[in-house]
Amino acid sequence: MSPPDAILEARGLTKEFLGFVAVNNVNLSVRRGSIHALIGPNGAGKTTVFNLLTKFLTPTRGAIVFDGVDVTAEQPAAVARRGLVRSFQISATFPHLTVLENVRVALQRKAGLATQFWRSDRILGQLDDRARELVAAVNLEPYLHAHAVDLSYGRKRALEIATTLALDPVMLLLDEPMAGMGHEEIDRVVDLIRAAAQGRTVLMVEHNLSVVSHLCDTISVLQRGEVIAEGSYEHVSADPRVREAYMGMEEA
Amino acid sequence: MTTTTSAPAAPAKIASGRSGELLTALGVLALLLAAPFLFYPVFVMKVLCFALFAAAFNLLIGFVGLLSFGHAAFFGTGAYIAAHAAKVWHLDPLVAVVLGGLGGGVLGLAVGFLAIKRKGIYFSMITLALSQMVFFIAVQAPFTGGEDGIQGIPRGHLFGFIDLNEPLPMYGFVLAIFVFGMFALWRIVHSPFGQILKAIRDNEARAISLGYDVARYKLIAFVISAAVAAAAGGAKSLVFQLASLTDITWQMSGEVILITLLGGIGTILGPVVGAVIVITLENYLATLDVPVTVLIGGIFVACVLLFRRGIVGEIEHWLARR
Repeated sequence: MSPPDAILEARGLTKEFLGFVAVNNVNLSVRRGSIHALIGPNGAGKTTVFNLLTKFLTPTRGAIVFDGVDVTAEQPAAVARRGLVRSFQISATFPHLTVLENVRVALQRKAGLATQFWRSDRILGQLDDRARELVAAVNLEPYLHAHAVDLSYGRKRALEIATTLALDPVMLLLDEPMAGMGHEEIDRVVDLIRAAAQGRTVLMVEHNLSVVSHLCDTISVLQRGEVIAEGSYEHVSADPRVREAYMGMEEA
Repeated sequence: MTTTTSAPAAPAKIASGRSGELLTALGVLALLLAAPFLFYPVFVMKVLCFALFAAAFNLLIGFVGLLSFGHAAFFGTGAYIAAHAAKVWHLDPLVAVVLGGLGGGVLGLAVGFLAIKRKGIYFSMITLALSQMVFFIAVQAPFTGGEDGIQGIPRGHLFGFIDLNEPLPMYGFVLAIFVFGMFALWRIVHSPFGQILKAIRDNEARAISLGYDVARYKLIAFVISAAVAAAAGGAKSLVFQLASLTDITWQMSGEVILITLLGGIGTILGPVVGAVIVITLENYLATLDVPVTVLIGGIFVACVLLFRRGIVGEIEHWLARR
């Protein structure tokens, strides 16, 4: 029943909060190598689905399969180690670390330089070259030694993407990467996501249908916790239920 | 090797920050070497023990963001174990202190295991509750001597031939423990592990999403903090030749919070400065009619209202702004 090239699958995913059904029987299949968007109006359950997929929430019912492995019962850090890495709606950086250190933290675990409390942190210098490349890729090189807290909002997001890419994830989950951004910044982030998607799968949650139109291969529309439409942008935007869900909101 | 030498501008800045730290450390060490000739050695040794205790506590609050309200349990446990080892088992004083530290570490593993999954005030409350349990064990258990505590602990002979009943050798012994403990804490803060701790403190959810089992990192830090606090307690019990319930009460947990807050949370030197001030006040004002607790309470309020970063924290902030 599931397509053989699906990298992430949700089957009958349901989440209830004290009787309130936030997510109802969602089936989602993300094709390997695609950019997939999950869109929907406010309160549709996008972020809940997102948190379920990354294990920050435990589903009431249903299963999540990543790369052929059932990860429904796994801890969030464990699925991250499998290569399913998420971003956050509010830009997630380590504010009191520098840009370089932020990216390096992501590199430390795989390099086996995370639990050594008896060694000097100078040894982390061996990760600097790789960290620099990643920082340069998102055009943050002039801010290499600035603290993340001092960066502009758009640059924090860029740093977050560099940090995420440092893990060389199999799949990226981006939670509203364009939220709160101006037009030029959106264009920059779209380019970043496109570059990051090379050789990877991306699932992004987005509020705004128009920004994902040129970026995503597949779009799933969520409404009141249920998937009401799925397909290409042309297919989805022509769906009467989608138009209804978005009525009074920005039209594509 | 090559990466450090080829790295330009900013790592050099970090290095200069480090040489600044080294200079400060040498200055403090020089002061401490002169101190027993200027002040009453037992008083300086008390300051050193409390400074190390506070520095261990500071590892958690300053670099992991965990407020333990039960650190006296470790300090007191270390004091009792070292006292017992020296008095009943007649062990070498250094072995006694090390045993105290290990005992504190084991207790820290148990307490940390139960507390570490909780956050914020719940973490503080669990550590307080568990430390109260340890307190009641100390009251009831026969080997702690209950209300009397363990008295007349022999300081013994270090390595069998250095007589610690003499003030200066004893001072050197405590200073060595202090320097070693401070160096260990400094090393941890500036280690690959310390970098992950700071990341967890800054943004725990993000650290999880990068694949870190944050509970494990917090637990390691908690155990180290407990062990160093216990070693400080062990040293204290040899200095005063006494381990008593005072070492293990919740007021002692409060005192270490005060010392750290006053000196500067998240600074290496803050706990030392805080300990100097609080212990000096307690010792020299004890003879006055002013109740010391009222005065210290007033300083605490002033600290929270006027200089939240603590003394060392404010100075560092001021230096960084210039």
